[in-house]
Amino acid sequence: MKIQKWLLPTLYIVFLMLPIYWLLNMSFKTTNEILGTFALIPLDFTLDNYKKIFTDPTWYNGYLNSITYVVINTLISVTVALPAAYAFSRYRFLGDKHLFFWLLTNRMAPPAVFALPFFQLYSAFELFDTHIAVALAHCLFNIPLAVWILEGFMSSVPKELDETAYLDGYSFWRFFIRIFVPTIAAGIGVAAFFCFMYSWVELLLAKTLTSVAAKPIAATMTRTASTAGYELGLLAAAGTLTIIPGAVVIYFVRNYIAKGFALGRV
Amino acid sequence: MDKTTNQKAWLFVIPVVVLVAFNALIPLMTVVNYSVQETFGDNVFFWEGVKWFEQVLNSDRFHASFLRQLAFTGMILAIEVPLGIAVALSMPRKGPWVSVCLVLMALPLLIPWNVVGAMWNIFALPDTGLLGRMINGLGIEYNFTQQPVAAWMTTVVMDVWHWTSLVVLLAYAGLCSIPDAYYQAAKIDGASSWAVFWRIQLPKLKRVLTIAILLRFMDSFMIYTEPFVLTGGGPGNTTTFLSIDLVKIALGQFDLGPAAAMSLIYFLIVLLLCWVFYTLMMRGEDR
Repeated sequence: MKIQKWLLPTLYIVFLMLPIYWLLNMSFKTTNEILGTFALIPLDFTLDNYKKIFTDPTWYNGYLNSITYVVINTLISVTVALPAAYAFSRYRFLGDKHLFFWLLTNRMAPPAVFALPFFQLYSAFELFDTHIAVALAHCLFNIPLAVWILEGFMSSVPKELDETAYLDGYSFWRFFIRIFVPTIAAGIGVAAFFCFMYSWVELLLAKTLTSVAAKPIAATMTRTASTAGYELGLLAAAGTLTIIPGAVVIYFVRNYIAKGFALGRV
Repeated sequence: MDKTTNQKAWLFVIPVVVLVAFNALIPLMTVVNYSVQETFGDNVFFWEGVKWFEQVLNSDRFHASFLRQLAFTGMILAIEVPLGIAVALSMPRKGPWVSVCLVLMALPLLIPWNVVGAMWNIFALPDTGLLGRMINGLGIEYNFTQQPVAAWMTTVVMDVWHWTSLVVLLAYAGLCSIPDAYYQAAKIDGASSWAVFWRIQLPKLKRVLTIAILLRFMDSFMIYTEPFVLTGGGPGNTTTFLSIDLVKIALGQFDLGPAAAMSLIYFLIVLLLCWVFYTLMMRGEDR
């Protein structure tokens, strides 16, 4: 019985790790080795693929572009979501429930539906191929996400905290910034993490809204895959590097991750 | 929590409404605009009424990709939910292994979606990939770029790999919130572990599982990047799901009218599901 219990999670984790291992393995091989031989470990160990990514501007600019719009998006999303989430968690106002639901519908809208109109909208504002365009477009699903997660965290803070602060003579904004924000710091961290993540993993809108100047790493990868005669090693190295941000931050949010994915509802 | 009525709360919400509305309403109106008009370029439009809607609703192509979408979503739900619950049940509740399990399991969730596709492409290639080699080594002919069945199986397994952890994490969070007293009571009554699962754990998991199932339902309904990178919708049209088909029509063929009509139909389907999701979730919250 005891052995059976850890068997399933172990097998499951092995299943999860295999493709990742293979990607890592490929990233240390030369193109010749990938095409010529089949080996479970790189026989002709090389760092050339990584070297190419870190020296070729079209590659490393892809990472910089991605990180730029992701950070802008996270800042915008969390900043505007904070007061809104506070309103939803503390007050009843005209149309609050409908508004909350409407926000959710945007999280559920298929990006494919919006791809073409987004292209035209941001072209009309002459924002096409800029970081801000992608950052704003990702607000479509990240602001609702941030509002929902933050509302979940804020609702677990007792209302007495607000009332005591007002009795002590705090003005609203002073209370909000000095007391309330530090109280829900964990929630803000989780919301920021999820905005970062969803903006980082999304490709369809990011690809549609950029061509050269703000091209995300994901688009650089797909274009390399189709044009440069399939350099698998290079592709694998680029893929490995995109996993790192998630892998680093995940440890800090491991206990909240279920709550984040469930839009703050667990 | 009892809330106070305060209409000034709207002021807090305005930035969110403005930003989201800019991104949601203007594009949506553009789509509505296209869906009732015909254009031959040069910004000249002719009123067409519901012609495109009729065309899309009666087209075999839309039916085919819609059915494929339903089949795909059904398959991944049928695999991911039981598997996720099973893994969550057998995970340790405390100790150092909890963190290790959580971190490793969450890893696939945070990988960019195109990298997931590229990774599985590299992993499953029949000549250079580990999976492709293994299956071919077993004597089964396997090439996901040419065999429709193999392409389907690879796409489904990829999605299971990608998203089962979501179900695991949610189910695990739900399991951890069951008080020990429940298990002690079951022990005193001499309940079998099967009875514990059916009578205590599953009912307590109902809420998190509702969220998990509906999230998986929605997200698999809009899946685009992973199968696009893995199979490109092929071989033929066999893995062309709704989003892939829509992008093919809208950005590939630039058939704006039909694409817009299809967008709206697609969006309405998702919206309906979304409403079901919201009602179920909020009902759970009231209790």
